[in-house]
Amino acid sequence: MSYFERMNAVHMDILKEIGNIGAGHAATALSKLLNKRIEMTIPDVRIISFDEMMDIVGGADNVVAAVFLRIEGDAPGNMFFVLSIEQAERFIQQMIGDEQFKLEQDCSELSLSALQELGNILAGSYLSSLSDFTNLNLHPSVPALSIDMIGAILSYGLIEMSRVGDHVIVVDTAIHEEHQPDDRVNGHFFLLPDPESFHIIFRALGVEHDE
Amino acid sequence: MMSEIVQVVKVGIADMNVVKAPHVIRTCGLGSCVGVVVYDLAKEVAGMAHVMLPDSSLAKSEKMNVAKYADTAIEELIRRVIGAGGRNGHLKAKMAGGAQMFQFRTGTTDMMRIGPRNVEAVRQQLQRFRIPIVAEDVGGSSGRTIEFHPKTGILLIRTVNQGVREM
Repeated sequence: MSYFERMNAVHMDILKEIGNIGAGHAATALSKLLNKRIEMTIPDVRIISFDEMMDIVGGADNVVAAVFLRIEGDAPGNMFFVLSIEQAERFIQQMIGDEQFKLEQDCSELSLSALQELGNILAGSYLSSLSDFTNLNLHPSVPALSIDMIGAILSYGLIEMSRVGDHVIVVDTAIHEEHQPDDRVNGHFFLLPDPESFHIIFRALGVEHDE
Repeated sequence: MMSEIVQVVKVGIADMNVVKAPHVIRTCGLGSCVGVVVYDLAKEVAGMAHVMLPDSSLAKSEKMNVAKYADTAIEELIRRVIGAGGRNGHLKAKMAGGAQMFQFRTGTTDMMRIGPRNVEAVRQQLQRFRIPIVAEDVGGSSGRTIEFHPKTGILLIRTVNQGVREM
């Protein structure tokens, strides 16, 4: 039996709660950093095809700014913090105090490293809350930033998963700044545990995930 | 004579398809994946695969998607192009992709180097079937969207920073 079929409602709820706690802490960190209210959606846990995953963020050739880090430790996996170009520009503008800043024109070292650091802080707080909650040892790799087509970026996180099937379990939480229209979701956290990590996470929380 | 409406046939991730002129075939957002086109120019037929992993021995599942792995995708792609009218001995190939999107200073695992490994595996498979690679745009650190026109044999490659190029 494939491990997707072994997933039941309890497992999905656990993953949802993980997304809730992780992204909640990350949104709080972002809010403090920018001194702004940040709102987040209820996490969405889905088993979807690779192509459907790209559609969540506007199709495979939609250009985004993304911070990627590898989760190492007891339950390895991948994490992405994906921002629309406009939102990434706004965050950089606020952090470096230059309201004219545009990503196309001057990608200075400072602005890119500000964005990378933002991703680092957010992913770090997501991960440390996840680590506290599960009592698992999880630590992030140095984050890597890329501004490119989302398909090219996210496919890195799908490599491990692609070895066991054509679907992926994704824990997706969207955030947006207050006073932005609700339909304009501007940032996504994607948590993509490696296939072997699911039962480790479930067992750490006292739920078995075996045949 | 009515002119036919040109369709863009899409190839998803770990997917393949075959197209005949005047239609064109496209795959979006190649990163470490490799987009490979096998075509017979005179017959105006082409197949494209979006390969994700170099070798099917990496698979850990019982169900097999042949389009996902270089070693199984090329063979099947050739079979389908011939099935659609392509001729053995007249097939040529073009490929793009295999980028390394992220540079990590430490802890570079084999899986992180998946782009170059995919390129190498596709090249080996094409060689195995004696199909010449007439053009390629591989490596680097940029995502690519590619579109192939079986009528002209032209492969269009779009990247974020360099716009569209013909190959």
